[in-house]
Amino acid sequence: MIAVRDLAKKIGQQEILCGVNLDVARGETLAIIGRSGGGKSVLLKHLVGLMQPNTGEIWIEGANIIGLHERDLGAIRQKIGILFQGAALFDSMTVEENIAFPLWEAGERDPKAIRAKVREMLEVMELEGEEDKMPVNLSGGMKKRVGLARAIVRRPSCILYDEPTSGLDPVVSDSINRLIRRLQQRFGVTGIVVTHDMKSAFDVANHVAYLHEGRVYFYGTPTEFEQTTDPILQDFLLGRSGDSIRERS
Amino acid sequence: MVRVFNALGAAFMAFFQYLGEVVLLAADTFRSLFTRKLRWKLFLNQIVEIGLLSQLVVVITGGFTGAVFSAQTFFQFNKIGMGSATGAVVSVAICRELGPVLTALMVAGRVGAAMSAEIGTMKVTEQIDALRALAVYPTDYLVVPRALAMMVSMPLLVAECIAVGIAAGYFIAIFLLEVNGTYYMANMVRWTRNRDIIMGLSKAFCFGILIVFISCHKGLTAREGAVGVGRATTEAVVNGSLAVLICNFFLTMLLNIIYPAGYQ
Repeated sequence: MIAVRDLAKKIGQQEILCGVNLDVARGETLAIIGRSGGGKSVLLKHLVGLMQPNTGEIWIEGANIIGLHERDLGAIRQKIGILFQGAALFDSMTVEENIAFPLWEAGERDPKAIRAKVREMLEVMELEGEEDKMPVNLSGGMKKRVGLARAIVRRPSCILYDEPTSGLDPVVSDSINRLIRRLQQRFGVTGIVVTHDMKSAFDVANHVAYLHEGRVYFYGTPTEFEQTTDPILQDFLLGRSGDSIRERS
Repeated sequence: MVRVFNALGAAFMAFFQYLGEVVLLAADTFRSLFTRKLRWKLFLNQIVEIGLLSQLVVVITGGFTGAVFSAQTFFQFNKIGMGSATGAVVSVAICRELGPVLTALMVAGRVGAAMSAEIGTMKVTEQIDALRALAVYPTDYLVVPRALAMMVSMPLLVAECIAVGIAAGYFIAIFLLEVNGTYYMANMVRWTRNRDIIMGLSKAFCFGILIVFISCHKGLTAREGAVGVGRATTEAVVNGSLAVLICNFFLTMLLNIIYPAGYQ
């Protein structure tokens, strides 16, 4: 479904990604984990063409998206939904309008059909009764759920989640994880979850990729990750800082 | 010395790069305008934002400019017994210069700032990335409706400013300064030609294009955070106003060849 080949990205003088290679099979959920500033979100933005790499290739359903003009990326983007870290809801629209937006833009003009799909999404996301609220009046968890509803309303074959549980309390985080699992089971979508939240990664992922110094340092199942004896992975898993307090920006 | 030349060269390069980016945005917008479906709802919203909600500002600007210009012209002309020529001077000046320039400056301040702040905020809160991720091309969604609404609204706003300015000048001259109304009107009608109005409206169209692309470009290239949006907004107003004033000179020289001033 998705293949990343030798992806490299330099921002200013800093090398963020230095030859990332990844494969994500159809219907599986991959968790990309790693320390803050390790390039996880940058990698995710490359997957949907929001950033262009210096070198490398990204293949989505057999098409290399690198070098495509913004307009030509439209067809690929119809197949991919993305949940942004801050949800990125349109702040001048209500919850209902936010969820209906992708349908309207895809050319759906039947108000009944749009309303029915929005209702279904509100039900899946457990947001019934919130449709007339503005994003500013929503809690962090609700924003994420609206963002997720907007990302999946067009039934994409792949969903990218950028820190879906960051800034949320454990109960709300668990509800988001439950939603991600439900989407995988109910709609069979491929998922890529960028997170530092190990519980979330283990809850939702079939595979885990650990990004370290711009490369994929570890790739395997959550069980393999838990059983690793590698000191770098152990430090991350157990939350040990050692002497280092540095964070790549 | 080398450092001075380096700094000057860098400044020139930055200026031409900026100019190039604005021109490319304009080219992209015009291409979209003719090849993509217009989002009518957004266009009508922008007509309200730019055209309808600028009415008060434009009426006050036109009215008081016409009034004060009429008074000042009368004070000078009356000394040489040409008080009744006030109408002609006020009318031609407002049509050709004051109407379009002052309206454009007010619109750059009111609408240009709002456009740049709105788009800039969308940029820094990832809403533009969200648009792109949802397969919506930002130029089509954000710039095209604004540009088209500006092209429609600006000539109408300038026409309104001219009308109010001339009317205010008339009332001040006739009722306050006691100029003979018949001579005032006769001179005004004799010296104000259709080409003066066409010149004013042509300038309005050009100024509208300048303001909308400068403001949208500043919004789309806003840097992170509240400071970035604030800076983009300020630069949009300053650059837009300067562009209007500078282009006004060149437009005056060019349009004066096509539509020469005076009674001929």
